[in-house]
Amino acid sequence: MVQPQQALPEARSDLRNGETPMNFKALNAAVVICGALVCSGAGAKELTIGFSQIGSESGWRAAETTVSKAEAKKRNINFKIADAQQKQENQIRAIRSFIAQGVDAIFLAPVVATGWNAVLREAKEAKIPVVLLDRDIDPSGKDLYLTAVTSDSVHEGKVAGEWLVKAVGSKSCNVVELQGTVGASVAANRKKGFEQGIAGHANLKIVRSQTGDFTRAKGKEVMESFIKADGGGKSICAVYAHNDDMMVGAIQAMKEAGLKPGSDVLTVSIDAVPDIFKAMAAGEANATVELTPDMAGPAFDAIIAYKAKGTTPPKWIQTASKLYTGADNPQAVYESKKDLGY
Amino acid sequence: MPRKAVSFVLPRLGMPQIVALIIIFAINSFLSPHFLELRVQDGRLFGSLVDVFNRGAPVALLALGMAPIIAMRGIDLSVGAVMAIAGAIAASLADSHALGFVLVCALGAGLMCGLWNGVLVALLGMQPIVATLILMVAGRGVAQLITEGRIVTFANTDLAWLGSGSLLGLPTPIVLTLAMLVLTLLVVRGSALGLLIEATGGNSRASALAGVGTRVITIAVYAWCGLCAALAGIVAAADIMGADANNAGLWLELDAILAVVIGGTSLLGGRFSLVLAVLGALIIQAMNTGILLSGFPPEMNLIVKAIVVLAVLLAQSPRLAGLGLLLRRRRP
Amino acid sequence: MTPPETVPLLALRGFSKSFAGVNALDGVDFTLQSGEIHALLGENGAGKSTLIKTMTGVVARDAGTMQLDGVEIAPRSTGEATKAGIATVYQEVNLAPNLSVAQNLFLGRQPTRFGLVRESEMRRRARTLLAEFDLDIDVAVPLESYSVAIQHIVAIARAVDLSARVLILDEPTASLDAHEVTILFAVMRQLAARGIGIVFVTHFLDQVYAICDRITVLRNGRLAASAATAELPRMELVRMMLGRELREATAARPVSAPRESEPVAVFRGFGKAGYVEPFDLALRAGHVVGLAGLLGSGRTETARLVFGAERADSGSVTARGQQVTLHSPRQAMRLGFGYCPEERKTEGIVAELTVRENIVLALQARRGVLRPLSRREQDEIAGRLIRLLDIRPPDPERPIGLLSGGNQQKALLARWLATKPAILILDEPTRGIDVGAHAEIIQLIRALCAEGMALLVASSELEEIVTYADEIVVLRDRAHVARLEGEAVSVPTILAVIAAEAAKAV
Repeated sequence: MVQPQQALPEARSDLRNGETPMNFKALNAAVVICGALVCSGAGAKELTIGFSQIGSESGWRAAETTVSKAEAKKRNINFKIADAQQKQENQIRAIRSFIAQGVDAIFLAPVVATGWNAVLREAKEAKIPVVLLDRDIDPSGKDLYLTAVTSDSVHEGKVAGEWLVKAVGSKSCNVVELQGTVGASVAANRKKGFEQGIAGHANLKIVRSQTGDFTRAKGKEVMESFIKADGGGKSICAVYAHNDDMMVGAIQAMKEAGLKPGSDVLTVSIDAVPDIFKAMAAGEANATVELTPDMAGPAFDAIIAYKAKGTTPPKWIQTASKLYTGADNPQAVYESKKDLGY
Repeated sequence: MPRKAVSFVLPRLGMPQIVALIIIFAINSFLSPHFLELRVQDGRLFGSLVDVFNRGAPVALLALGMAPIIAMRGIDLSVGAVMAIAGAIAASLADSHALGFVLVCALGAGLMCGLWNGVLVALLGMQPIVATLILMVAGRGVAQLITEGRIVTFANTDLAWLGSGSLLGLPTPIVLTLAMLVLTLLVVRGSALGLLIEATGGNSRASALAGVGTRVITIAVYAWCGLCAALAGIVAAADIMGADANNAGLWLELDAILAVVIGGTSLLGGRFSLVLAVLGALIIQAMNTGILLSGFPPEMNLIVKAIVVLAVLLAQSPRLAGLGLLLRRRRP
Repeated sequence: MTPPETVPLLALRGFSKSFAGVNALDGVDFTLQSGEIHALLGENGAGKSTLIKTMTGVVARDAGTMQLDGVEIAPRSTGEATKAGIATVYQEVNLAPNLSVAQNLFLGRQPTRFGLVRESEMRRRARTLLAEFDLDIDVAVPLESYSVAIQHIVAIARAVDLSARVLILDEPTASLDAHEVTILFAVMRQLAARGIGIVFVTHFLDQVYAICDRITVLRNGRLAASAATAELPRMELVRMMLGRELREATAARPVSAPRESEPVAVFRGFGKAGYVEPFDLALRAGHVVGLAGLLGSGRTETARLVFGAERADSGSVTARGQQVTLHSPRQAMRLGFGYCPEERKTEGIVAELTVRENIVLALQARRGVLRPLSRREQDEIAGRLIRLLDIRPPDPERPIGLLSGGNQQKALLARWLATKPAILILDEPTRGIDVGAHAEIIQLIRALCAEGMALLVASSELEEIVTYADEIVVLRDRAHVARLEGEAVSVPTILAVIAAEAAKAV
């Protein structure tokens, strides 16, 4: 028991930092936009872009890789992915090799925040623009990259909170919260954002808050204890989970306790992984806020504009945090997402 | 004279563990008035007390495999990874094969992992901590390969029943753990294995010279541990109806080792108790559940656990007991 | 060589030390003169290492006084002993092999300037220091790159340079070849000439006669003799080490079993390179074969080979007329062998298990995991053997570690008797146990023999072994050198063989 998770927060925070980022145009929207872009960039010579990906430590990251490839294909970009297997030295090696190959741009999903300045300076000297995907680096490297495409995890929490405020209306509502790993910045941000979202609505009250370590198993266990501590869970009006996986576990716990998630108890969580849409389609989940796996799309657009017209993009491109509810045809979204590698 | 009375009333073995569990239960019901409440829900017992046993099942299963290994001065760091492998296999096969086949494959994989550890330790003479570290690291990778880094979900309700169903009014994991406890007791104490394990752990050179086949026993013990870990992995996967290779059983090897140690088995080998190891797992889970029920901020979790574990281990420390005796004697 | 008797350099009076009720040292006196090389001899358990440890403060003595140059000292640690002027160099050199020779010589007292080690100054001093020992080596390379002999000399040089007056060398020659021994001896002589007193622990008798001025023999924790080397003939010395007083004990010997009885096991050309030279040995029912020889002569090694605890690399074994392999204790046990090792605590008992569990262990191991002895059977076996051997206290559920040495030894015998062995190998069955248990165990050996068991007993207790052995194998330098039978089984004959061989080797 001396908790294992102790070692985890660091790692997990890194890992989830990525996830936090966002949600943007849903896929179909993205397809339309991209289609348009492909047309506009059709005449330009084919771009070669290297992407140093962290690895495939989570379903979200696998989806990010899949989506990046698809987005590159749409834009007719020669896209090279190097899997670093969670090692910074592999990423640095990959970047050097991209520089040596003379690529047009480099995407980097940094595994850690520090230690990049030397290699990024090499890229800058070689006049190769670098775009950070889904995670930022230490501020000292601020002028060494072109832009960072990340989501805003505070904003995600806020979107979730605001949805709940609207869904509840004026009746009083006891909310229980399943936090991410203690110490992970994503968890802290999503908590903060949610609290901002429900601020000023005294009828909503967070009555219990515990960590579920971002996992299904712990989400289920913690939700079970919430129900028991509440004497059966009858007074719980809504569950907010910092990610969908914990919510999937919590939904199981509620069903086993004889509660009806989705109707007796409202649910809202973040990430928009396929399984939450399955639950939504079954009427067992109410809402999720997407952390889009499409970080590369906006990055491609920024690079294309930069190369073609010299447009310098803003230093931070925030991905949108799209809200999905049962009204968004969850079954269709599930179908579109299930093969992305989540 | 009060000392005599006490030693008469309380059995020597297991007392600190039983007392610790009762105290934690008492604290839990103080923090959460509903703690001891039980009711029947959908034909099964329902309540926080049941949760303690239910959630404690995976670690209890791991402890059943770990206790004999620790008694032989070994250690198995790979049980968490083996859980992930077995869970991944079970989840991947669940929707396309019969339950029997699924279980045979998952348990068989655990057995193979245990054999691998046993061969490294017994035949190649590697230190257990190093030998099992290999599988601890590689095993999770294997599980990720099987699941391709995703959470593989399944809809097979037979398999799900192992994690969240009920039997005889109790959650299935509790029944499985009890069955496994009885089975392990039969295997270990019904055969001569227990004596030979304790002899080897107590003095391996003397045991070898007494003709004890320490290699075969070592391999058998690691293989059994692999089997227990696989069962724990199946239960964990069945519980959430999915295999999460990244998180299933993560760090549970440490909980299992701690459960065995709380159960009074020394890391230096020798005497061990399966029942007390399971009790150790329950103590850990009672504490976890208590923290969840208490409403303390999650930042306090680790600190609270550390303090409780320290208290339980101190209560068992023979030196502290000696100190207490000394103080009592000093008093006229 | 010995300087005129004035105040001795080091004088110990009445040193005593007991461990768990057994006297390891019992009122030992020891005197060392300045410039003297003094051999400290004795078999295993005679008290040599305890004497050294109490002298150097590693363990606290129970009684006794110690004077260095007439001044009372009582070091409580090796550090204090070194400061007082008593330094020890062990068989396993206790220096840091990965540091350079110079660093080893000045470890903890490096010459410094402004807090920095003056490496070149240190090397210069190291070269000067080693030059005194006629040793001209590169002091900048790691110690481990030199031979064991040079490492020893470096250790000695360090010890002497730390202002040692008394230098204790604990079996320094055990791993040296003949040439290296001569180099070491030259160093020892040179140090003696400088007035340093040297205590030399060894079990090579020829080395004792080659270099020592005086000999002190310990036996069973007591002082057996202390005399100038010239006044102690080799034969006398061996007798001192192995026999308390030479009573003619052969008269008490029972009549030997008829030699003609079919051997239970026959070993031919059995041996292991570098361990024991190939030997022939036949074990017969109702017949005791004794293994006699000095410490390190191959007694224990022979016993271990015969039990398969050490794997032989030559020869063959025939058991009951069948050619068999003997690679492990398990195989030996299945052939009906039993073995009570010399190291009772580390190789015999499982301290935390009960007497009952210790007794049934070998029988259970032979039956295998799947045929457990029921608790009732275990109680019956343990109870019967506890009564038979009079193990005290007669509580089968007591952890064996709490029993006295003699009762532990009896329980180990019980462990093997439970397996009804055809052949029982006993290594030093009476070591470290009290007098009463001593006699009982000897009686038991005789009784087992009378019942038709074949016994192989290794012992350093010559008077004892001649009272029960039908045949004695004498060992020297890891080889079986003589086989004594009938009238020849007597202490003087054994001593003569050991000493004669020793003499020939010099």
